[in-house]
Amino acid sequence: MKILVCLKQVPHQDARLDIKSDGSWIQEESIKFEINSYDTYALEEALRIKDEKEAEVVVASIGPDRTTQALRTALGMGADRAVHVNDESVEGSDALAIAKILAAIGKEESPDLVFTGLMADDGNFASVGPMVAELLEMPHATAVMSASLEGEKLIAERELEGGALEVVELQLPCLLAVQTGINQVRYASLKGIMAAKKKPLDTRSAADLGVQELVGTGAAKIKVQEIYVPPKTQGAEILEGSTTDVAEGLVAKIKELGLL
Amino acid sequence: MDFKYDDDLQNIENEASRLAGQFDDDYWREHDEKHEFPWEFYNAFAEQGWIGVIVPEEYGGSGLGISHAAVLLNAVAHSAGVQNAASTLHLSIFGMGPVIHHGSEELKQRTLPATASGALHVSFGVTEDDAGTDTSRIRTFARRDGDHWVINGKKIWNTKAQQAQKILLLARTTPREECAKPLQGMTLFLADLDPNHCEIRPIDKCGRNAVNSNEVFIQDLPVSDDDVIGEVDKGFYYLLDGLNPERIVIASECCGIGRQAIDKAVHYAREREVFDRPIGMNQAIAHPLADAYSELEAADLLWQKAAWAYDTGEPCGPLANMAKLRASEASFKACDRAVQTFGGMGYAKECNVERYWRESRMSRIAPISNEMVLNFVSEHVLGLPRSY
Ligand SMILES: Cc1cc2nc3c(=O)[nH]c(=O)nc-3n(C[C@H](O)[C@H](O)[C@H](O)COP(=O)(O)OP(=O)(O)OC[C@H]3O[C@@H](n4cnc5c(N)ncnc54)[C@H](O)[C@@H]3O)c2cc1C
Repeated sequence: MKILVCLKQVPHQDARLDIKSDGSWIQEESIKFEINSYDTYALEEALRIKDEKEAEVVVASIGPDRTTQALRTALGMGADRAVHVNDESVEGSDALAIAKILAAIGKEESPDLVFTGLMADDGNFASVGPMVAELLEMPHATAVMSASLEGEKLIAERELEGGALEVVELQLPCLLAVQTGINQVRYASLKGIMAAKKKPLDTRSAADLGVQELVGTGAAKIKVQEIYVPPKTQGAEILEGSTTDVAEGLVAKIKELGLL
Repeated sequence: MDFKYDDDLQNIENEASRLAGQFDDDYWREHDEKHEFPWEFYNAFAEQGWIGVIVPEEYGGSGLGISHAAVLLNAVAHSAGVQNAASTLHLSIFGMGPVIHHGSEELKQRTLPATASGALHVSFGVTEDDAGTDTSRIRTFARRDGDHWVINGKKIWNTKAQQAQKILLLARTTPREECAKPLQGMTLFLADLDPNHCEIRPIDKCGRNAVNSNEVFIQDLPVSDDDVIGEVDKGFYYLLDGLNPERIVIASECCGIGRQAIDKAVHYAREREVFDRPIGMNQAIAHPLADAYSELEAADLLWQKAAWAYDTGEPCGPLANMAKLRASEASFKACDRAVQTFGGMGYAKECNVERYWRESRMSRIAPISNEMVLNFVSEHVLGLPRSY
C-alpha cells in the first residue's frame, strides 16, 4: 500500500517570534524551524502502518530551501521518499492553493491513505486536510485520535467536544487529519539520519504539477492584511490588602458585575 | 568559505536536540541533587545509535568524524542537562578512542560493538594525586607476573567509574628514571574494573553530580596481554592523539552550555519587571548578555574550525587548544551572567541557572587546565621558551 504524508515546516516552538516591520509575516531569518507538531503524529501513524505491513511512505512538503531539512528528518525517521515543492511563485498562496498543490501530488501518487496534521502550529487554519480530501474526492476524518486498517476500510476515532470519541469507518482511499499527542513519535536514529541522504527527494515546481495558474498571491482569495500583537489593555483592576480584604473585594466585584 | 552545516550536521543537531529536549530541568535538577546517573537519558541516546558516532562501521558504529560528534554534544549540552548531559555521553563516545586507533584487531572486535551500542561503559584512568598535570610522574605500576600483568596504584577523578565495567588505565611499566624521556615507559591497558581488586570512592564535588567522578584504589589487578593497547611502554603517545579531538568536543559542549544559560537569562530578562519595566531594558543587564553571547559565537567558530581541520587532516593542535580555552571561558561567563540576571532567584536551585554555573566551572580545569592551554599556545604557537 502507498501512504502520502503531507507535512509543513513551521517555526520551532521555542523560537521567539518577531513580526516583520511591514506586518506581513514574522521574521524568519534567524529562527529555527521544525516539523509542525501535528504532522509528526501523522507521520508516526503512517510509519506504524509501515512497521506492520508492506507499505511505501511518501512525504510531501511545500516551502523554501530550508524545507528539505524537515523532509530529511522524515526520511531519517523511516519515510521512503520525499517530494519537495520549492517554488517562489507559490509564496502568498492561501490554504486552498496549498491544498491544490498537495492534491496534484496526490493525483500523481495515487495513495491508498493520506495523512495530514489537523492544523499547522503557525497558521492555525485547520482547513488544508479536508480541502485536499475534497479535491481528491476522498472521504476524510479530522481530529483523528487513532487509526486502524481493516481490509479496505479504515476505522478512525475522532475527538469530540468534552472528551468524547466518535468512531467512524472510511472507505479507502481516504484522508486523515491527525490530532496531537495520539502516539509516541519516534526519533530518527543516527543510522537513520545517515541513510536518509541516500533516499530520493524530488524537487518540483508548481508548473511541474500543472498548478501554476492556481497558486501564489495572484490566485489567493484570502490575503493577509496585517499581523500584529494586540496592545496590552488597561482594564485590569488589582485588589490589594490582606487576604480577607482581597477575598471580600473579589466577592463584591463578582456581585457588582452580576456574575453570580 | 562556507560556514553552513551540511545536511548531515544539521540533521544531527536537530535530532539530538529534539531527543535531549525530552529531559527537562526538573529531571536534571533531581538527578544532580540525588547524585543519580541519568539512565533514561543515556539509554534513549544509546537506543538511537548515537554512542557509536565515531566507532567505525565495521564494528557497528557510524564511522563519522569529530565534527559530527562535536555537533551532537553541542546540541546535547544546549539542553536542560548541560554538562551532566554531555558528560553522560561524552565518555562513552570518546573514551575508547585509543582502542579504535591503536588497539589490536582482536581487542576491537571484542569491545567496539558493545561500545557502539552503549552497553560497555569505560572509565578513564590517567590522573593521579601526586602527579597532577605532569603525567610522567604517575606511580601506578604494572608488574610482569608470568604470562600477565599485575597492577597496583591509585587513580583520581575517574568519571563514571561506578557504571563502568572497564577502565582505560595508564600505568608505568618502566620506572621514569630508566627511560630516555620521562613520558616513555607508560602502558595503556583496557582493564576490568574488578571489584575484588578495585575500590571505588566517589568524590563529593561542586557540580555535574549526576555523573560521578571517583578515586580508584587498585590492588593486585591482573590484566592479560590481550588488554594492552598498542605497544608496551608507548601508552602516553596513544593518549596524545586523543587530546585534540577531546578538546574540540569539550569546547563544543561549553558553547552549548553557555547558550542554554543565555536562553534562560534572556527569557527572564524580558519577563521580569522591576521598577515597572523589564529588567532587560537596563543596559547593565542587556549588555553583559550581548557580550557573553558574542563570545560564545566566536568560540563556536573556533571549535568548528578545529573540527574541520581534524577531519580534513590539517594540523589542529593550536586550534583545538584555543577553542577549549575560549569556549570554557565564554561558557562560564555566560552562566555567571545568567545567575546575575536572575538576581536572588539565580541563587535558588529551582531556577536552574546556578546548576549551569556550577557545571560550567569544570571545563576551565578539566580535562586540561586553561593555564596549561596557555602554556601550549605560548610555547608551540608563539615560540616562547617553555616555562616549566
Ligand atoms: C569533574 C572532573 C572530571 C575529571 N575526569 C577525569 C577522568 O575521567 N579521568 C582522568 O584521568 N582525569 C579526570 N579529571 C582530572 C583532570 O584531568 C585534572 O584535574 C586536570 O588535568 C588538572 O590536573 P590536577 O587536578 O592534577 O591539577 P594540578 O596539576 O595539580 O594543577 C593545579 C593548578 O596548577 C596549575 N599549574 C600546574 N602546573 C602549571 C604550569 N606549569 N604552569 C601554569 N600553571 C600550572 C594548573 O593549571 C592548576 O590550576 C577530572 C577532573 C574533574 C574536575
